[in-house]
Amino acid sequence: MSMFSVGFRTLFYKESLRFWKVATQTIAAPVVTAMLYLLIFGHVLDGRVEMLDGVSYTAFLIPGLVMMSVLQNAFANSSSSLIQSKITGNLVFILLPPLSHAEILSAYVAAAVLRGVVVGFGVFVITAWFAHLSFVAPLWIVVFAFLGAAILGTMGVIAGIWAEKFDQLAAFQNFLIMPATFLAGVFYSIQKLPPFWLAVSHFNPFFYMIDGFRYGFFGKSDVSPWTSLAIVSVFFVVLAAIAINMLKRGYKLRH
Amino acid sequence: MGRFPARSGAPAPLPPTRMTAIEINSVEKSYKGFKALKGVSMNIEEGEFFGLLGPNGAGKTTLISTVAGLIRPDVGSVKIHGHDVVSDFREARKRLGVVPQELVFDPFFTVRETLRLQSGYFGIRNNDAWIDEVMHNLDLTNKANVNMRALSGGMKRRVLVAQALVHKPPVIVLDEPTAGVDVELRQTLWKFISRLNREGHTVVLTTHYLEEAQAMCQRVAMLKLGEVVALDTMSALLRRVSGSQLVVHLKSGDLPDGLRHLVSHDEHDQNNGSGNRYTLRVNDVNEVEPILASLRSSGAVIDEMQLEQADLEDIFLQIVGDKQPGGPQ
Repeated sequence: MSMFSVGFRTLFYKESLRFWKVATQTIAAPVVTAMLYLLIFGHVLDGRVEMLDGVSYTAFLIPGLVMMSVLQNAFANSSSSLIQSKITGNLVFILLPPLSHAEILSAYVAAAVLRGVVVGFGVFVITAWFAHLSFVAPLWIVVFAFLGAAILGTMGVIAGIWAEKFDQLAAFQNFLIMPATFLAGVFYSIQKLPPFWLAVSHFNPFFYMIDGFRYGFFGKSDVSPWTSLAIVSVFFVVLAAIAINMLKRGYKLRH
Repeated sequence: MGRFPARSGAPAPLPPTRMTAIEINSVEKSYKGFKALKGVSMNIEEGEFFGLLGPNGAGKTTLISTVAGLIRPDVGSVKIHGHDVVSDFREARKRLGVVPQELVFDPFFTVRETLRLQSGYFGIRNNDAWIDEVMHNLDLTNKANVNMRALSGGMKRRVLVAQALVHKPPVIVLDEPTAGVDVELRQTLWKFISRLNREGHTVVLTTHYLEEAQAMCQRVAMLKLGEVVALDTMSALLRRVSGSQLVVHLKSGDLPDGLRHLVSHDEHDQNNGSGNRYTLRVNDVNEVEPILASLRSSGAVIDEMQLEQADLEDIFLQIVGDKQPGGPQ
C-alpha cells in the first residue's frame, strides 16, 4: 500500500479533525495542566535542586513536561478514539472499507503524533518564558518527540483494541502509561535515584525517550542519545509489529 | 407499511447469464458452543434482488457480517465477485456496500463530512457529485451540513444507507434497513434501491417485513437456527402453498359434504361449532365457480366471500414454523 494512499490520508484527516473539533479538551487543557506542574514544582524546587550541572531546575523540568505532554496526548488520541468507536459501534465505518492493516495503524499513529506534537509545542511555548533554555542539538528534540509520540500512539492503538470498556482503558493509562512516564525522569535525573531504582529505570523505555529529548536541549543526558535512539526505535518496531498483528488477526475487532 | 415503487406484482425475471456476486460456501460459525451458522451455502447472482429471511436468532446478521468481513467464519468461505472476504479482503470490500442493522454514527461530523470520509476510506477523492446525488435520492440534501447528533433516527438511517453507497458498490447488502422507520423513508429507500438494482447492482436484503421481501425480491433464502431451510425464486416459493383461499360466509344453509375436503384444516378446527364461515383451498380461480354452484344447489345463501392469494407470510410460517404445506401445525 502506498503510505500516502487516499485511505490513509482520509483516516488521518478524520482522526486529526476529531481532536481539533474538541481542541479545548484535547489541546488547551493539557497545556494548562503542564503549566501548573511547572509553576508548582518550578517555584518550590528552583534554586534548591540541580539535576544537570549548570541547568536550573525549571529549565530541566520544561523538556520533561513537554515530552510528558507529547507522550500522554499521543496515547490519549488513538486509544480514546478507538474505544469510543468500539463502544458506540461506529468503528464499523473503518472495518467495512478496504483499508489495509498498515493504513489503519499508520493513520491512527500519525494523528496521535500530530496531537502529541501540537500539545507539546503548546506546552513549550507557554513554559519557555519561565526559564532560559538552550537548543544544543535540535534534531534530537525533533527525533525523540516524533518517535516518542509514535510509540505512545501505537500503544494507544493496542490499548484501544484490547480494551472493551472505558475502565479497562483507564487502567491501562493509570497503571502503565502514567507510572512509566512519571518514573522516566520527567521531574528528576535518574542519576539522583538509589542504585536499585537507577537500575530499574534502565528497563523503562519511556526513560530513553525523555532522556534523549532532553539531550537535544542541553547536550547532556544520563545515557548517550544514540543508545536511547536504538532502544526507542526497537521498542517502536516491536509495538508496531504487535499492533499490526492484532489488526491482521482482527483481535477483538472482527469476531 | 409503505407501497413499493418499483417491483409490485411479479418479480422481474432474472437475466440469462451472469456471474456470481456472492458465493457462500459451507459457512459455519460458533460462539462459545452455540452454533450460529451450520454450514450455510448459497450463491447470489449478479443483478439479483435477493431476500434473506428468518426469525430472530436465525443467523441472518451473522451471515451478513461474515459476508462483510466483520465476522470470520470457523469453516467455509465467502467470495464477493470471486474475491475471498478474508484472504483477498481489499478487493472483496471494494465491491461491497453494507448497511448495518445498528443505528451507528460518528458524533463529531456533519452528514457531508461523514460521506466524504467514507468515500476516502474506499480510496475515492472528489466524490461530491455522487455524494450530492445520493443525498438527493435519500432526501438528505437539506441536512448536508447538520451534525449527525442532531439528526432523527430516520435521518441517521438514511445516512447509513448513503454511507454504504458512496463508492457505488456493485453489491449492496441491507440488514434490516427499514426496521423502526417511517413510511416516507421506506418509500424513498426502496425507490432508490430499486433504481440501483435496475442499473445492475446486486441487492441483498434482510427484513422482518415480508411484504417488502415479496414485493422486491426475485429470490429468497430462509434461515432457521443457522441453517438454510428454503432457497428458491419468489414465484416458486409462492407456488409451494396450494394456490389461493376462498373465504365464504354463509347467511344460511351449510357447506355441502362434497366441498368439505377443501376446508383448510386450521379453519375446520376453528369452525367447529360456529358453522357458517369457511376457508376453502382452491388451486386457481376456475375452481371458484363450481364451488359456488355446489353451494347454491345445496340451498346455502352466501353472505360474503373473498378470494385470498397465498403470500410470503404463509410460506414463511409454514417453513420457519415447521408447518407442512396443507397440513396441521
